[in-house]
Amino acid sequence: MSMPFYVSPEQLMKDRADFARKGIARGRSVVAVQYADGVLFVSENPSQALHKVSEIYDRIAFAAVGRYNEFENLRIAGVRLADMRGYAYDRRDVTGRGLANAYAQTLGTIFSSGGEKPYEVEIFVAEIGDAAAEDQLYRLTYDGQVADEHGYAVMGGAADVVAEHLANHYAEGASLAEALRVAVAALGHSENDKGKSGDRVVPVDHLEVAVLDRTRIQPRKFSRLRPARLRELLGDRGPETPGAPSDEDSRPDAAPTPSATDDPADPTDQVSGGVPPLEDPTTGEPPIAPPPPDPPSPAS
Amino acid sequence: MSDPRLPAAYLLPGTSSFSDFLSVQSPDLLPSRRAVPQGHAGDLAPHGTTIVAATFPGGVVMAGDRRATMGNIIAQRDIEKVFPADEFSAVGIAGSAGLAVEVVRLFQTELEHYEKIEGTTLSTDGKANRLAALIRSNLGMAMQGLAVVPLFAGYDLTVDQGRIFSYDVTGGRYEETAFHAVGSGSLFARGSLKKLYREDLNEEGCVTAVIQALYDAADDDSATGGPDLTRRIFPVVQVITADGGRRMPDADVAEIADRMIAGRMNRPDGPAASLT
Repeated sequence: MSMPFYVSPEQLMKDRADFARKGIARGRSVVAVQYADGVLFVSENPSQALHKVSEIYDRIAFAAVGRYNEFENLRIAGVRLADMRGYAYDRRDVTGRGLANAYAQTLGTIFSSGGEKPYEVEIFVAEIGDAAAEDQLYRLTYDGQVADEHGYAVMGGAADVVAEHLANHYAEGASLAEALRVAVAALGHSENDKGKSGDRVVPVDHLEVAVLDRTRIQPRKFSRLRPARLRELLGDRGPETPGAPSDEDSRPDAAPTPSATDDPADPTDQVSGGVPPLEDPTTGEPPIAPPPPDPPSPAS
Repeated sequence: MSDPRLPAAYLLPGTSSFSDFLSVQSPDLLPSRRAVPQGHAGDLAPHGTTIVAATFPGGVVMAGDRRATMGNIIAQRDIEKVFPADEFSAVGIAGSAGLAVEVVRLFQTELEHYEKIEGTTLSTDGKANRLAALIRSNLGMAMQGLAVVPLFAGYDLTVDQGRIFSYDVTGGRYEETAFHAVGSGSLFARGSLKKLYREDLNEEGCVTAVIQALYDAADDDSATGGPDLTRRIFPVVQVITADGGRRMPDADVAEIADRMIAGRMNRPDGPAASLT
């Protein structure tokens, strides 16, 4: 009798988590910063059309990193959920907490169900209140965990480097211009070679910036900051340096190809180890299905 | 055990229309899906009356009186029947008031939903067509007396001018030039605007013209409310220009209405148009 491979639940979950983490770490970071008038989202995103930060409802915004098709699906589901609730009840009855719970349940179920690929996404759900103390920022991970963040939060590729820079420079109750400057500087801090500390000026055209601004008179508090406004807020920062090409960028000339080596120590490489070769390494025979039964032991 | 995750329909790519999504997910929430027993239901609920809209160079104005009636009873004196549909458009409704307010809410959500999902706004014609679809699906109720007849006005940024669309109960959509009115007092309001409207009116002049028209409608139609001087209730006025739409503050409307009424103290039929 052949025995199916036994994989312990711990190992199974770890493999799935590693898989999701690798996918997320390939992209660039998104920063969310609470400032005096609301919440600011900054991301380095050369695309003007494929947004990482979006509006969900009056006071609720969404930001994500990872696989575009997966978080876009979640974003649309969030818009539908919010609009449905706002239509069936009232606009005030749509809450960020309800949305974060729905996302957490969805991500958690997909992560732990054996038949589906886990989502390679991480999400921010932010909601602003009437005062800064009522602002909420939730961070949801690929496995459905929810964390309540305060002050600032980072997710995506170089999250730890960016977060470290923010931890040193973040000030509570900052103005929009100050918060933006700190967030953009933190994003520029991330993209240097490992070990070397150096700061890069992220080009304004490569920034995707949006705010939930409670001072807006319209009921919908979400707004995107256009490059002209960003230049005005950021002031003169010296020569701009575009970021290194990333796996998530689309290339017109070629389909993205994985790098050739698998380094088990590097969680960000795209090549997965442990895939069996197509033929038997010693005999050169192609694999046969079903697998051959265990050879009889010499004793019998 | 039910699955705790979001229902599959939420995660399906596809429609950017909220009413299409609603018709699959929660059809009972759609105003048009309600089963109404046979017979005439029109006398059961209040009716809204007159809505007027007019364009001026650089924008469009929409105004509605504040009365809702139920037979011979005035059901409400300060009802609001003109609503912003999105940043650059407004919708006013005549007909069965409760149903109309629901259709407006659905229409507002529809436009916002599209804008959020697609990341861009619908064209003015697209918005007018979506409203036509919502009205068309309401035909069954209209046959039983619960008709909703909207008037839609928007500022079209591509051609830089205000545009007005009128509808019939079957969902027919007609673009109007210069000005239009719907509701029980619309005949009188349109007659009034014929004499008062000029193509070169400024914003304030245009608002004055539509308030005059509403006064003339109230003068001859019992279901249309005139300005209520004792309670200081004046028409709701939406002004939409290239900078977006806004509701004109009540104080400004009151000032224009007071000036109009002062004029009518001398000449109750309103300003006289020249004969030639």
